[in-house]
Amino acid sequence: MGNLRAHQCTDRPPTLAIDNLQVEIAMQRGLARVVDKVNIEVWPKEIVGVIGESGSGKTMTALSVLGLIPQRAQLSGEIRLSGQALTRLPEAAFRKLRGDRIAYIPQDALRALNPVLRVDMQVGEPFNIHRRTPWQEAKRRALGLLSAVHIPEPQRRAHEYPHQFSGGMQQRAMIAMGLALEPELLIADEPTTALDVTVQAQVLRLLREIRESHGTAILFITHDLGVISELCDWVYVMYAGSVLEQGPVETIFDNPAHPYTQMLLRATPTVGTVHEDLLSIPGTIPQPFELPAGCRFADRCPYRFAPCGREPPLLQANSGHEARCWLLVESPVSSAASIS
Amino acid sequence: MTAVVDSGSSRHRRRFNWRRWLLLLIGGGLVSIVLLCAIFAELIAPFSPYDLDVSNMLQGPSTGHWLGTDEVGRDELSRVIYAARISIEVALVAVGVGLLGGTIIGILAAYFGGWIDLILMRFMELLFSFPAILLAVILMASLGTSMLNAMIAIGIIFIPGFSRLARAATNDVLRQQYIDAARVIGMSDGRILTREILPNVVTPLLVEAAVAFAYAVLLESALSFLGLGAQPPEPSWGNMLSTGRGFMAQAPWLGIAPGMAMFLCVLGFNLVGDGLRDVFDPHLRD
Repeated sequence: MGNLRAHQCTDRPPTLAIDNLQVEIAMQRGLARVVDKVNIEVWPKEIVGVIGESGSGKTMTALSVLGLIPQRAQLSGEIRLSGQALTRLPEAAFRKLRGDRIAYIPQDALRALNPVLRVDMQVGEPFNIHRRTPWQEAKRRALGLLSAVHIPEPQRRAHEYPHQFSGGMQQRAMIAMGLALEPELLIADEPTTALDVTVQAQVLRLLREIRESHGTAILFITHDLGVISELCDWVYVMYAGSVLEQGPVETIFDNPAHPYTQMLLRATPTVGTVHEDLLSIPGTIPQPFELPAGCRFADRCPYRFAPCGREPPLLQANSGHEARCWLLVESPVSSAASIS
Repeated sequence: MTAVVDSGSSRHRRRFNWRRWLLLLIGGGLVSIVLLCAIFAELIAPFSPYDLDVSNMLQGPSTGHWLGTDEVGRDELSRVIYAARISIEVALVAVGVGLLGGTIIGILAAYFGGWIDLILMRFMELLFSFPAILLAVILMASLGTSMLNAMIAIGIIFIPGFSRLARAATNDVLRQQYIDAARVIGMSDGRILTREILPNVVTPLLVEAAVAFAYAVLLESALSFLGLGAQPPEPSWGNMLSTGRGFMAQAPWLGIAPGMAMFLCVLGFNLVGDGLRDVFDPHLRD
């Protein structure tokens, strides 16, 4: 495949451009930099994966895009939605974007649905909020959306309460609500984590379908490498608040450049292989208020060498494929220890 | 009967439910009697509660006057029945005032937090710190003696209790993810308050309202007993009890009849409140 990303050759701006995003939160133990110099682009019709363990800053990045970071958090950098700057947008204007041009699908659909309102009332809500559609009409549209996300017997199910839905149906109802106003960008924050594997596959298929039929750009946040490889076109690997590696999904999986990504791939069980060598990465992710001066992964990295004391920039591995690791430009003087 | 062929576990569940509903049934029965008396007083009462009959004063219970007559010969039963109307009216308005005011204050305090919460709740605590009857007397003294003022005064007494409950319930709801989800689809504060929070906090408030209803009946009687509520010749359990007190030796039924009415009414509303709590409280479910 070419190294240009889907649609990058057109003159349309990216659906989402996160430029040098930094989020700091003042905590008792110091200033926590939870997102640091993050650049992420999502182009129209593209599914972009952000992968990282808990505490890597992936959810905080998503909340920044939605303008919902905690009030005491300090944000700097630029976020643009199809060219429109979102940072410093007043709350009232931001509210008009949420649910309309940007939709968000949470991890736990049941807890994200109001337990006392019927499903069609909730799925139709965005129409009423953003288009002032009368309730009768909004509920009728909700019915259409519910059948679009393959809820069986939508006529009957629409009048039920969220707890009467199965986990997969709840998640699909959330997706239906997200799709209501055909947003440009859909942010999915681990939408499949709480589901069992067969239902997970249905939800992933649905997301792919949506990309094809609506041309929606999707930012998919997860810690599940399998889901990324199945769904995404482009991947960002986040660690301790910064992007360690980014590139097309095949390249990242076939030829990871950063030791963290390499270890992450080795730590994921795959079907059909014997897992004698299944790896767990020693150590823990550094705390956001005591980030190391140099490379963030150095403490856990088996290839650590002298340059790691300075923080590496994103260095080119292949065209389009970049990693934040000095190994790409310097070879270790002494022989590095092997991972295994 | 089909229940006989049911499995043991479902029989057990049925019996458990029956106990849970029993309180509601007894309470509901008592409350319905009071409500029927209040609504259909004209039809039920055998006499007018105002008609004097001096030749028949202080008569004991008889077939003509089941509960006897009072010091000016009015039929005691009819007066007890008509008094239910005033009690219910006062309690309805008072609980309405308390529920509305308390819910609004509690939800706003919890939702906006910070200094709004601080000021509202400290003010509520100030109200709370007065004994209810003292506060009612103070309010009646400053508002003037009338039925409407009695309703408002009792309502104001209820506001702190309802507001604390509403605030606690709202804080609970605010921690739920569906509130974040509502923000994510672009809901405004007003819409979150009315569509997401309000329907999720009404249940405990309604349970509390049933209990408050009993207390309102009691407070109204207390105020009337003190001469601050219903004014004679208007019959109220409170002022009837007050009059009856003077004739305890010659005509004990004048004190016993309104006292029993009050007792059964308060018991009824309390049982309904407890029953509702048991039915709605998820912790008490099997």
